[in-house]
Amino acid sequence: MHRRTALQLLASLPAFAGLSTKALAAEWDGILSEARGQTVYWHAWGGDPKINDFITWIGEKAQERYGVTLEHVKLAATSDAVARVLAEQQAGQTEGGAVDLIWINGENFAAMKSQGLLYGSFTEYLPNWPLVDVAGKPATVTDFTLPTEGFESPWAMAQLVFEHDTARLPQPPQSLDALAEWAIANPGRFTYPQPPDYLGTTFLKQVLYGVMEDPSLLQSPVDEAAYDAQVAPLWAFLDRLHPALWRQAKAFPQNEPALGQLLADGEIDISFAFNPGRASAEIAAGNLPDTVRTFVLQGGTIGNASFVAIPFNAAHRAGALVIANLLLDPEVQARAQDPAVLGFQTVLDLQALAPEDRARFDALELGIATLSPADLGPVLLEPHASWMTRIAQDWTARYGVAQ
Amino acid sequence: MDDPHRTGLDRPLRGGAVRQAGRGSLLRLAPPLTLALMILPVLAGLAGTVIPAFRNAGAGVASLFAWPGLPRAAALSLGTGLASTLIALALTLLILAAFAGTPTFARIRRSLAPLLSVPHAAAALGLAFLIAPSGWIARLLSPEVTGWQSPPDLLILNDPWGLSLTLGLITKELPFLLLMALAALPQLDADRRLTTAASLGYGRIAGFTFTLLPDLYRQLRLPTYAVLAYGMTTVDMALILGPTLPPTLATQITLWMGEASLTMRDTAAAAALLQLALAISAITIWRITEILVQNLLVRAAFQAPRLPNLDRPAAAAARAASLVITGSLTLGLAGLALWSVAGLWQFPDAVPQSLTLRTWVSAAPALGQTTATTLAIAATATLAALILTLACLQAEATLNLTPTTRALTLLYLPLLIPQIAFLPGLQMLTLPLGIDGTPAAVAAIHLVFVLPYVFLSLSGPFRAWDSRIATAAATLGASETRIFWRLRLPMLAGPLLTSAAVGMAVSIGQYLPTLLIGGGRVETLTTEAVALSSGGNRRLIGAYAALQLLLPALAFGLAIAAPLLLWRNRRLMRGLA
Amino acid sequence: MTGTLTLDHLTITLGPRRLVALTLSIKAGEVATIMGPSGSGKSTALAAITGTLAAEFTRTGRILLNGKDISEEPTRRRGIGLMFQDPVLFPHLSVGGNLAFALPTHVRGRAARQARIEEALASAGLKGHADRDPATLSGGQKARVALLRTLLAEPSALLLDEPFSRLDADLRAQIRAFTFDRARQAGIPTLLVTHDAEDARAAGGPVLSPLGETLPL
Repeated sequence: MHRRTALQLLASLPAFAGLSTKALAAEWDGILSEARGQTVYWHAWGGDPKINDFITWIGEKAQERYGVTLEHVKLAATSDAVARVLAEQQAGQTEGGAVDLIWINGENFAAMKSQGLLYGSFTEYLPNWPLVDVAGKPATVTDFTLPTEGFESPWAMAQLVFEHDTARLPQPPQSLDALAEWAIANPGRFTYPQPPDYLGTTFLKQVLYGVMEDPSLLQSPVDEAAYDAQVAPLWAFLDRLHPALWRQAKAFPQNEPALGQLLADGEIDISFAFNPGRASAEIAAGNLPDTVRTFVLQGGTIGNASFVAIPFNAAHRAGALVIANLLLDPEVQARAQDPAVLGFQTVLDLQALAPEDRARFDALELGIATLSPADLGPVLLEPHASWMTRIAQDWTARYGVAQ
Repeated sequence: MDDPHRTGLDRPLRGGAVRQAGRGSLLRLAPPLTLALMILPVLAGLAGTVIPAFRNAGAGVASLFAWPGLPRAAALSLGTGLASTLIALALTLLILAAFAGTPTFARIRRSLAPLLSVPHAAAALGLAFLIAPSGWIARLLSPEVTGWQSPPDLLILNDPWGLSLTLGLITKELPFLLLMALAALPQLDADRRLTTAASLGYGRIAGFTFTLLPDLYRQLRLPTYAVLAYGMTTVDMALILGPTLPPTLATQITLWMGEASLTMRDTAAAAALLQLALAISAITIWRITEILVQNLLVRAAFQAPRLPNLDRPAAAAARAASLVITGSLTLGLAGLALWSVAGLWQFPDAVPQSLTLRTWVSAAPALGQTTATTLAIAATATLAALILTLACLQAEATLNLTPTTRALTLLYLPLLIPQIAFLPGLQMLTLPLGIDGTPAAVAAIHLVFVLPYVFLSLSGPFRAWDSRIATAAATLGASETRIFWRLRLPMLAGPLLTSAAVGMAVSIGQYLPTLLIGGGRVETLTTEAVALSSGGNRRLIGAYAALQLLLPALAFGLAIAAPLLLWRNRRLMRGLA
Repeated sequence: MTGTLTLDHLTITLGPRRLVALTLSIKAGEVATIMGPSGSGKSTALAAITGTLAAEFTRTGRILLNGKDISEEPTRRRGIGLMFQDPVLFPHLSVGGNLAFALPTHVRGRAARQARIEEALASAGLKGHADRDPATLSGGQKARVALLRTLLAEPSALLLDEPFSRLDADLRAQIRAFTFDRARQAGIPTLLVTHDAEDARAAGGPVLSPLGETLPL
């Protein structure tokens, strides 16, 4: 197929909503042949070798099945890629952009969508989209209270879980208050990643759920007039906690792996991750002792989905669509859920899968430290993205510039 | 009768030159072209920084000064830069004063020289693992000596005062300053000056300070300024060892450059200009101090204090300093290598419970590709630097051009102007051109930093080449071209390979230029290692750092081994009389 | 191979100072000598003749070889061979490599060039030394290789810049004799610069100071 016609076809994608399944299949064939031979630059955070390995494996699959070459552009922060697309837009570069696919969610998604930096809507045209558990896992179409409207496609579910080493701490605290009391009684044995790191800010939001009078306010944008009073209990909580933190809160780990390394090194006794399977996977990899277990707090923990989005000026849009679809493939999803690989929760509706695909999930050993879906408890929805931005800023002003 | 070779009149030969009218017009272009390649990116980058800093009625400047972390970040930048440079220079001079010309000195030199090729990021990662509360030192001493069953809650890494960052900078800059001093010593006739001072009853320290230091420092001045500018603005070392609440100004600029909103870019540009102003202020402070110290020295010299009692404690201190520097770097790097093959390794075990190649095997494809990219960029930049350097030096030798001090300072410009001050601007300029994010663009920007080092390391041997060889060859009918390719180049094979190794090491170690001009799309061992360092996976960090270490070491090994092999039947070429 | 080296009112000045003022004709097979203490301008004269005079010196007058003015020619086209105080062998080439560097390109073919080199070495008592490292030769051997190298380039004139001053006394006479013999055999005009009256006497030709006065021996 000629490049021009394929581009035209891609540009018209949102317009063929009324096409029949058969016509859609034909269009998808066109995308597949356009994608063959393309190199897709997937900008994704590169700080975790297991995720990096998984992306490498995706690349092998993409090459083998569709002739698409996948380049993982390892980012220190997702905002790097956002900044790049923004700069390209500012420079008037409307095609041939450097970023084909971004691992994204939350504020970065909100920022890109509102500034017209994303291509879409596209998810409903992915052949694997009907398998996604939209009804049972609303977080697959709602990103930080913002409807995704098909501008990003989910590929993994995550939920905040806490980790502890039973050899050093057999009975972990089960509520936010108990956690604070335990931390104060055991100085230097707890910490959280430095906001604006994602996991660190998630911890702040989890605290907000526990200390705010009306947590349902979190589902609406920040109300400037009432904000200070609403978050006052958060700062009070942290002011009490900080002197008892690791390094007296004079230094913080920079992200999730750094926090996990502190647990592995025995510098802290409780850590947490946005991935219920992380502990088992780390045990399997020999990075954590097999005495580590996970737990959640009473009342639930925050959960969300990870997405991929395609910038408006992506040079290899067809290839990016193929990768987004491949990420929803049952074989890929089952591999991601394998604790020995990633231990991410699937976004698919297992009931909707063919028996042989469901068998892939049934065959998974959850892992020694992983809670069963029932034990994971309720999932708290992510607050509106404005909360995250605002509390991260305020945190930096309050604690991030030690005087 | 006098030695006829010491008078000016009996040496009427031009510096190996042979008149060839009309030739060398291309060669004549080499020095201005090279200087332009050095200076234009810096100037363009600075311009690209100034514009965003002041647009929108100075919104960037305003938001910079509204940032509550600014005073502390700026103070950290000044403090860590000045302190690390002062201590590194002081220790360098102490080692020279205590041991220059002794067998101990040769030992120190042999142990410090290889450390020069260690990339900053690898050194910082090694040091981080060594001194962390859960690091190797704590593990070796626990629980027997310290009683620690779990790592103590001590703030060592990322301390708010930047002490571990300062230590890291010292360990890297001391070998550099020492080797720069070593290159200068022979020209200063150091041994005879020291002997003269000793025969007048001066102790080693006093003799060195009064007879050698002023002249030596004149040669060390530019390298010292480069070290100062680097220390104030390093990003890779600061990311690994530096404070985080807030980070140093340079680190914060890099973080702002990576943020989503364009206003933060303007803030970053404004901060980059402030960083430049800080660097200029620091160099000015340094210069004033130089003058003061010089006056003090001159005054002290008039009193002629012999100070022989200083020698013994000074020697002990110098020995301790070099041992600590060599030891910490070597141990840190060994620790990293060990982590890359470690199985489960919990505190307080001194060594891992088991060894496994799993990290290497699973990372092999990524490691291989990254290594290939790193090597390709380094080789390209180094080759270009060698060609330009040789063209400049050959032009100088055959066209009777004399290098001025000003030209030499210009050559240092990319080392004196902080990278963080002009690279962001350069990145914003390359974006519309569509040349950023390619390995070629990264190699081109590496050239700017590689060339000064290649020039500095090659120019000495090139100029010292016996010009009578060229005259002898010319009287045998050889053309300038033939002399260059058949005699000069092969005879300089050793220094050429050494310069190439220096160039490779410099390129492999580049972090900020690779990150910014590569747009995140060009991954080298250094950018990967620094990106991983925030994630804390010591095994993978160890693997990347080990490779980062291995490549320059191989290059230097080759530079030493190849001439030995090549000249195994040529005694003079192997430096044997 | 016959010819004459003529210095026609060759004067060299450095600022106000006149260092060289020579008018001299050296016939084929003749060895003329310029003698004077160090600093007297002897080597300046040689630099002018080889074309390697530094820019701060001013030269007037002409240098003629076989009647042709070579004053403005580049060194490599002058056809003037030069021997230094030191042998200045190329340390990275073998003895044979040093000689091959000098051998003109009109001697074609590997075998022919090798034969010329072997022949030259044998004539100087250095048979079989082609593959040797020059650094392993004795002082006398080095001096002989240097002379062979100079002569293999087939120069039209030969300049000797104190070539014996660094040699031990006993070796000195031997190398001197060897050099003058070879120069005469080659049938080219030779100019010797020295501060040693012994050398000048052995040369047997006219002896001048750099300023042109005839010196008694």
